[in-house]
Amino acid sequence: MAEDRNVAWREELRKSLSNKERTALTRVKMNELEPAYRARVREEVNQGLTKEQALQESKRCLDCPNPTCTQGCPVGINIPGFIKNIERGEVLEAAKVLKETSALPAVCGRVCPQEKQCESQCIYKQKLKKEAVAIGYLERFAADYERESGQISVPEITCKNGIKVAVVGSGPAGLSFAGDMAKKGYSVTVFEALHEIGGVLKYGIPEFRLPNRIVDVEIDNLRKMGVDFVKDCIIGKTLSVEDLEKDGFKGIFVASGAGLPRFMNIPGENFIGIMSSNEYLTRVNLMDASNPEYDTPIYKGKRVAVIGGGNTAMDSVRTALRLGAERAMIVYRRSEDEMPARLEEVKHAKEEGVEFMTLHNPIEYFGDEKGRVTKMRLQKMQLGEPDASGRRSPVEIPGAVVDVDVDEVIVSVGVSPNPLVPNSVSGLNVSPKGTIVVNEGMQSSIPMIFAGGDIVRGGATVILAMGDGRAAAKAMDEYLKK
Amino acid sequence: MNKIVSKENFSENVIKLEVEAPLIAKSRKAGHFVIVRVDEKGERIPLTIAAADVEKGTITLVVQKIGVTSIKLCSLNVGDEILDLVGPLGRATHIDKFGTVVCAGGGVGVAPLLPIVEAMKKAGNRVITILAARTKDLIILEEQMRKFSDEVIIMTDDGSSGRKGLVTNGIEEVAAREKVDCCVTIGPAIMMKFVSLLTKKLEIPTVASLNTIMVDGTGMCGACRVTVGGKTKFVCVDGPEFDAHQVDFDEMLMRLGAYKEEEKADMYKVGK
Ligand SMILES: Cc1cc2nc3c(=O)[nH]c(=O)nc-3n(C[C@H](O)[C@H](O)[C@H](O)COP(=O)(O)OP(=O)(O)OC[C@H]3O[C@@H](n4cnc5c(N)ncnc54)[C@H](O)[C@@H]3O)c2cc1C
Ligand SMILES: Cc1cc2nc3c(=O)[nH]c(=O)nc-3n(C[C@H](O)[C@H](O)[C@H](O)COP(=O)(O)OP(=O)(O)OC[C@H]3O[C@@H](n4cnc5c(N)ncnc54)[C@H](O)[C@@H]3O)c2cc1C
Ligand code: SF4
Ligand code: FES
Repeated sequence: MAEDRNVAWREELRKSLSNKERTALTRVKMNELEPAYRARVREEVNQGLTKEQALQESKRCLDCPNPTCTQGCPVGINIPGFIKNIERGEVLEAAKVLKETSALPAVCGRVCPQEKQCESQCIYKQKLKKEAVAIGYLERFAADYERESGQISVPEITCKNGIKVAVVGSGPAGLSFAGDMAKKGYSVTVFEALHEIGGVLKYGIPEFRLPNRIVDVEIDNLRKMGVDFVKDCIIGKTLSVEDLEKDGFKGIFVASGAGLPRFMNIPGENFIGIMSSNEYLTRVNLMDASNPEYDTPIYKGKRVAVIGGGNTAMDSVRTALRLGAERAMIVYRRSEDEMPARLEEVKHAKEEGVEFMTLHNPIEYFGDEKGRVTKMRLQKMQLGEPDASGRRSPVEIPGAVVDVDVDEVIVSVGVSPNPLVPNSVSGLNVSPKGTIVVNEGMQSSIPMIFAGGDIVRGGATVILAMGDGRAAAKAMDEYLKK
Repeated sequence: MNKIVSKENFSENVIKLEVEAPLIAKSRKAGHFVIVRVDEKGERIPLTIAAADVEKGTITLVVQKIGVTSIKLCSLNVGDEILDLVGPLGRATHIDKFGTVVCAGGGVGVAPLLPIVEAMKKAGNRVITILAARTKDLIILEEQMRKFSDEVIIMTDDGSSGRKGLVTNGIEEVAAREKVDCCVTIGPAIMMKFVSLLTKKLEIPTVASLNTIMVDGTGMCGACRVTVGGKTKFVCVDGPEFDAHQVDFDEMLMRLGAYKEEEKADMYKVGK
């Protein structure tokens, strides 16, 4: 990377504007749909940057000799490398730099928690006490530009090596693994339990944040590279791992995610109208239940409470608004500072009119004679000592309870690893939490089985899942070539 | 994929479909179910695998028309394909040599009972099957059940076939004359509730197969949850069969009504 910083065009670019001039520029604002309008439609909220805006923002980047931003990126994307390509007007080149490390830049540019990763480490933030370079916006810009240019480069696969490998699950981990293995010449088959390819990117993250067409382009590219997709096929049920072995698959990458919803096990939680965010988002995103032409039913609550403070909670509460909720509430037991959701999602939710009831925790639900939820009882909390996660833990304020009328409650308090594969393979080393145990090369206790993404980490992020997929591809390639 | 190879009407509202699904045919066991989605706009519904033919690579579904999806599915013909078919799902029935087993089914529950009756018989049990329905025309699969049962008792609400009475009357009658070691019941939740109350009193260990609302059928959503022994369980992965005496049937009945209005409003799609 040091070398490419020294190429002539980059040196020149650095000289073209002084650091003082660069740091005097202000951070670009994302073009967004108006809150009042967008809170009722499914359209993507962030409209992206124009080429002029992107160019302007790219000038802020100082092309640091030791770019700290890169250290903040879980997969070590060459950040100044791609940003400087935008600055010199070579956006397609910028996209190429991104793709050296990230299989899904258009996705990551939209959903990564940049404020906790690259942007938190940017020199602007660290030393200059200014707003970080908008790395995420620029990443999205470069990837969108490439896609819209119609010039996405589909790697030509010249020499197929004839070795079959299988992928279990088609989320970001599975897709990035599949792409890398196809490039290396393997015959890749991706098995997916659902009737759609894409994992959480399709059934979880809503259209207003990550349009399906963005994900579909990536899947189409994989198809063009020769990757086979088998839908409606559950490994461990429809086919066993032994079946795959018998079929001639030499390696298996398990990327089955953390799809199991947790509930709180409090009284009344099974009343009608109380459901997991997985159920709610699956009905809306995967089954298109809010569209009357589709058969899957959905209840459109007027007073909706969403329990939790993560991205899933924000997606659910904003979905509720879009389905016509008059009152949409986030109920979170800690304070806003401890919320795991991306900053931008919290900001967007607030602008759209979501109420935030932080330091509140539900302890009981009440229903009417038909069993439909009508009310929740919340315990008020205060912050105590930091807990294992390093966040200040919520402590009950004795006697402080409040009742709130609701007609729908979405429980979004975390997920657990999908047990289907771990349970069906004997000899697979699984942690007490149900995650598959792997070594640095993402290899499990069974040599031919590799694993990555949420099934290894518990609920994590898209970028980590993607990074795991790539690391596993590299390691499996080495293993199979031995 | 998922091509319908044969279709038979058991009654006006109950249809048998044999569908190409070689992988599922091979891996399924009694008690397993599949999830089907009929078309692009369709919902996902669970259906028990009533039988399978590994050689032919087919599975048999017995479908009762009760709402939009089941009606759409029953309107498909031989040669048509079901868009999505995934399985086998759930835990297989615990089949063992118990001694005398009473299999009590009613309504939608009769189809899923068939593979259990068959497996129980093959495991060496004395199998007494009780089929219940409102009236004669709604009794299905009687022939098939006879093949694998030592005795079949028919109960109708109006006495138009077999004996007049409820499924519980049938069970009481059997229990009064011989020792019953195990009871399996599948049917409307209300029926299973009363079967369970009765067999609890009679101290007969009882398994109920629960037909809750489902979405994915793989443990991902929790739509299918019920309370069993005071704990929340997911029917699609922890079941569908549970110790009936531990099941909170009142809660299950309540939850089955979750989308009643939405489902009714959708019936225009099948011309009703
Ligand atoms: C609503 C929501 C919002 C989120 N928002 C963000 C965000 O803004 N930023 C971010 O970084 N992360 C976010 N996340 C987390 C992120 O989506 C996950 O960390 C990531 O998708 C994990 O990828 P994965 O490939 O490991 O698994 P998944 O995306 O979960 O994919 C796993 C796939 O495997 C399939 N599968 C499971 N078992 C089997 C089997 N036995 N056989 C065949 N297929 C199987 C599943 O059906 C699924 O499609 C969000 C998650 C949710 C639910
Ligand atoms: C594990 C399992 C196995 C099953 N096996 C079979 C089978 O082999 N054959 C078969 O015909 N059906 C079976 N069912 C039931 C079947 O899934 C439902 O009948 C189907 O989902 C109805 O869909 P629909 O769109 O046609 O009707 P909907 O429009 O969804 O429902 C119409 C009406 O029926 C009621 N209803 C909905 N779901 C159920 C239910 N599960 N049980 C009773 N009433 C319900 C609704 O409250 C509504 O009033 C099974 C269910 C489960 C969970
Ligand atoms: S730390 Fe900030 S300014 Fe420096 S290279 Fe990275 S993005 Fe550019
Ligand atoms: S149907 Fe979704 S968890 Fe059982």
